[in-house]
Amino acid sequence: MGNFPTTVKHCLSYEELIQDYPWLARWLQEEKLALTHEYPEYVKIVEVGPRDGLQNEKEMVPTGVKIQLIDMLSETGLPVIEATSFVSSKWVPQMADHTEVLQAIHRSSHVRYPVLTPNMHGFQDAVAAGATEVAVFGSASETFSRKNINCSIDESILRFEEVICTAKQRQIPVRGYVSCALGCPYEGPIESTKVAEVVKRLYELGCYEVSLGDTIGVGTPGSMAKMLHSVKKEVPSSALAVHCHDTYGQALANILTALQMGICTVDSSVAGLGGCPYAQGASGNVSTEDVLYMLHGMGIKTGVDLSKVIEAGDFICKALNRKTNSKVAQARGDNSMHCRMKKINT
Amino acid sequence: VRVFSFFNVSPVQWLVQVGASAGKALPQRVKIVEVGPRDGLQNEKTLVPTEVKIHLIDMLSEAGLPVIEATSFVSPEWVPQMADQVEVMKGINRRPGVSYPVLTPNLKGFQAAVKAGAAEVAIFGAASELFSKKNINCSVDESLQRFEEVTKAAKEAGVRVRGYVSCVLGCPYEGQVSPDKVAQVAKRLYSMGCYEISLGDTIGVGTPGGMAELLEAVSREVPVDALAVHCHDTYGQALANILIALQMGISVVDSSVAGLGGCPYAQGASGNVATEDVVYMLHGLGIQTGVDLPKLMDAGAFICRSLNRKTSSKVAQATCKL
Repeated sequence: MGNFPTTVKHCLSYEELIQDYPWLARWLQEEKLALTHEYPEYVKIVEVGPRDGLQNEKEMVPTGVKIQLIDMLSETGLPVIEATSFVSSKWVPQMADHTEVLQAIHRSSHVRYPVLTPNMHGFQDAVAAGATEVAVFGSASETFSRKNINCSIDESILRFEEVICTAKQRQIPVRGYVSCALGCPYEGPIESTKVAEVVKRLYELGCYEVSLGDTIGVGTPGSMAKMLHSVKKEVPSSALAVHCHDTYGQALANILTALQMGICTVDSSVAGLGGCPYAQGASGNVSTEDVLYMLHGMGIKTGVDLSKVIEAGDFICKALNRKTNSKVAQARGDNSMHCRMKKINT
Repeated sequence: VRVFSFFNVSPVQWLVQVGASAGKALPQRVKIVEVGPRDGLQNEKTLVPTEVKIHLIDMLSEAGLPVIEATSFVSPEWVPQMADQVEVMKGINRRPGVSYPVLTPNLKGFQAAVKAGAAEVAIFGAASELFSKKNINCSVDESLQRFEEVTKAAKEAGVRVRGYVSCVLGCPYEGQVSPDKVAQVAKRLYSMGCYEISLGDTIGVGTPGGMAELLEAVSREVPVDALAVHCHDTYGQALANILIALQMGISVVDSSVAGLGGCPYAQGASGNVATEDVVYMLHGLGIQTGVDLPKLMDAGAFICRSLNRKTSSKVAQATCKL
């Protein structure tokens, strides 16, 4: 492939060629569509800040603050907000107030509020507290599974099977997560076929959606494409989501790759809450604000009001006494000229 | 029937090639243009001692970067950070095979640069009239006329010239910028003799859709092999924009070690994209750069210590053991 000189191109006009070969126009139209990228018209954002985000913040957050954060997020247009986690408070003190949070938040009719339920005990507590959607967390890495939840992948799936079956009976949708989809802090690179296997199992058990987590943020568009290629062979794209971490700055590029491959659900965290537990000082979740900025800039609808998310981010950062991880929020900060440059991309 | 006499390819193949810009395979190799020592340092508040600048450039040369923008021959009144331009040019250890372009805003700067030993220079145009007026006090046309003097003199002296176009995806004063306007300015710089045109998203507002549209417009006027992207990460969009650019055939990327150089239009916001993060992505895609990432990170750590600031590179933050 090369670049033909402009002068030569002008000699060979498309119109004249079509005159000689009338069937060409339609053929080329089809060919071009296959070669250009088609993006989804709409992307569903799953906001994980109140759970995944706060869980990985060192500061203990008062229950009132958590509730206010979730209520602010409910006003932004976000369709899904992961509210809390029904894990043992011994393991995760940050989520000890799970029942209180779930019962006190103002539940918008346009929003879903899934909660984590690692086992039957957690599931039952969640349902008693009023949960209408739950999530279970598997891993594509054996070592990570053992270190994180003290059992093998197989054992964890058996545990989830119980939860999923019971949830099905009560008509409670279950979302699955697979961590270490692009790399493990202990095992290093993970085979994409292994990831596909775990995803398939969760999907076949009854998870309506499986979120693929780049837990340590090491993925790049290359490994993302490879992994999705394997996973899509087993599970339809409409049932997949990506949960990218920005530890190496790759999140948006990875999300873009996922969109190009037909994924249309993206997890993110307001203000990029939640550092990486495996790299001190490094960032973790990708910021919802930055994801929205990219999607809206590309003409992709989300239904979310970016400025309201920025406000929610400002609120929680003040409460946590920390700076936002969102570049969009930083750029639009009080003293900046960018604050007045709203007309380019909102 | 005319078609076959020009090429040995079928008309269908040719049209598919011409139309398939978005579906091109990624380049096997990408040239990184390291702008930290000039663009980066110029936008840092702390004044950097000359020896530190020289050591930084030497470390970057050792890291395998093929092009390192060394300094700027602007008037020290305007840009005090670059006042030691001659000293820096003469003090650096020039590695064979590495290019050290310098900025030359006008003929006077060009002459001083050549005298100081520069073998490659760079000129900076803008796609926005207001930005041009506010930044260099003249219209886009006037600036291009000024640059023509430089490119003529450069041709005579056998010195290569790189062109930059700023505000390609948005302007802090004008807002939206038309891709056709960018294409026109790029075309003029190219026909003046610039061997490469770097398209700068000066305020980092661009997103992949706008980048694709821009590159489609510009590559109609300038061959894609002669284009580079200079993305700012002010809104976190840089790597996504660079990825799209690669998919559209771009194989030259500007970046700044440690993400040096904040945004002058947003206090506290970031500016240049970090070279470490770009290299990490490219290597992850199997694309060769010739850059040694650990050595690059050493250079980043060095300059951040000297500037007493944290790195803006996420890769560096993640790998730092402190």
